[in-house]
Amino acid sequence: MIEIHNIHKTFGDKKVLDGVSGVFETGKTNLLLGASGTGKSVLLKCIVGLVKPDIGSVTFDGTYFTNNKLDIRQEIRRKIGMLFQSSALFDSMNVQENVEFPLKMLTPDMSKSERMDRVNFCLKRVGLEGSNKKMPSELSGGMKKRVGIARAIAPNCTYLFCDEPNSGLDPLTALKIDELIKEITEEYNITTIIVTHDMNSVIEIGDKIMFLYEGKKLWEGTRDEIMDTDIRELNEFIFANRLMRDAKKVEEEEREEHQENRESK
Amino acid sequence: MLYHFGKYLLFMSTLVVRGESPRILINRTIDEAILIGINSIMIVAIVSTFIGAVTCVQVSYNLTSALIPRSTIGFMVREMTILELAPTITSIVLAGKVGSSIAGGLGTMQITEQVDALEVMGINSASYLVLPKILASLLVFPMLVTLAMFLSIAGGYVAGTLTGALTAQEYITGIRDAFIPYNIVFALIKSVVFAFLISSLSSFRGYNTAGGALEVGAASTTAVTNSVIAVLIADYVCAELLL
Repeated sequence: MIEIHNIHKTFGDKKVLDGVSGVFETGKTNLLLGASGTGKSVLLKCIVGLVKPDIGSVTFDGTYFTNNKLDIRQEIRRKIGMLFQSSALFDSMNVQENVEFPLKMLTPDMSKSERMDRVNFCLKRVGLEGSNKKMPSELSGGMKKRVGIARAIAPNCTYLFCDEPNSGLDPLTALKIDELIKEITEEYNITTIIVTHDMNSVIEIGDKIMFLYEGKKLWEGTRDEIMDTDIRELNEFIFANRLMRDAKKVEEEEREEHQENRESK
Repeated sequence: MLYHFGKYLLFMSTLVVRGESPRILINRTIDEAILIGINSIMIVAIVSTFIGAVTCVQVSYNLTSALIPRSTIGFMVREMTILELAPTITSIVLAGKVGSSIAGGLGTMQITEQVDALEVMGINSASYLVLPKILASLLVFPMLVTLAMFLSIAGGYVAGTLTGALTAQEYITGIRDAFIPYNIVFALIKSVVFAFLISSLSSFRGYNTAGGALEVGAASTTAVTNSVIAVLIADYVCAELLL
């Protein structure tokens, strides 16, 4: 379980986070929802320690993280797996080396054969068995995300963070990635936090949702409760998302129709 | 200026805290040394050979007095090469090649969140990525400068004898005349100083890149300019202090 308390963060004159508090439960997919520029990614970076909050604290399973001793922070960080928006695979390494990397660095006692077993297991778990020797430049967006997930879970992480795992993916691939994250969360009983602005993710995998608006937490609840909320900003966000989805659907239908017409001619 | 210098000092201090195990550091340093060294041999060879050749031809052109023996050409080529041309020109060429490569590589890693990925894993990204590059440069630069000295003198020999400026015997007499071994030590000390400046400044610029592809390009350019200026200043300081 991860608890955040009264997180504030300012960049220059811009207040990005304004007193955000909340609890992210273990074995559940916790979603940080909001439009672009509302501070979701900054909050995620504050939680993992990539950005230091001006005020506020983060606790991992009762252990204080922010401003704690370096050793303790390092110990917690070694339990963290993170999937980045850009996947952040190491360009100079192939798929196998990317997944093996955290094992090499974090578990030096592990033998080469044990590491390879774990790498192959993780790649199989994300549906990428046999892609060991491919370089990141040879992978599609969805495959990169899968390798990113495999790398995150390789050292048996306790906490999984995903920064917009669906960005740049087609709806079907996005759905598969969402499902994979949810399955992994439940299978390994880990605490997962996902940053997203995609309502599809909310509907499909959101066990618990925190809605951010202009750096503040406006709403928190489950996916069953989200449609019944009377928060204007959240309703506007849901409505805009629905409009976008409908527009995409119409566009796809028109494209298919156009394609059929061309083929019939 | 002072702000950047302060940031640079803080950056350098992060390299030595919370480092990785010696085994990882050694492996990474060897990898980087191969990258920096092997990839630079060709350019260093071409530049130094031609510098030696041109130096020989130009000294010969200026040395018109019949009272000065022709072997002086070989002597001057050796002195110029060892004291100045091999360490400084080689380092300036390497500032362009290695410096931009270090800054570009680290900058790209920074903007594509690869550096963040290391930090999240609990790895000191600066120490893991930068320290091996600096150590590898300290190791490889003196080797490249030694190669440059040899090839530059050889280039002078080829140019001098082919153009008929002097005979092979005269050239060899010249390069053996009044040889001071300390000059070699001086050149190698300079190459170590230049290696540190180029690798650390380029790493600093690359590591602190923020933004996108445009900023990576800008970081590479700044890294090269800063390195070249630093090399020239350090060259003067070394000459004042060590000669």
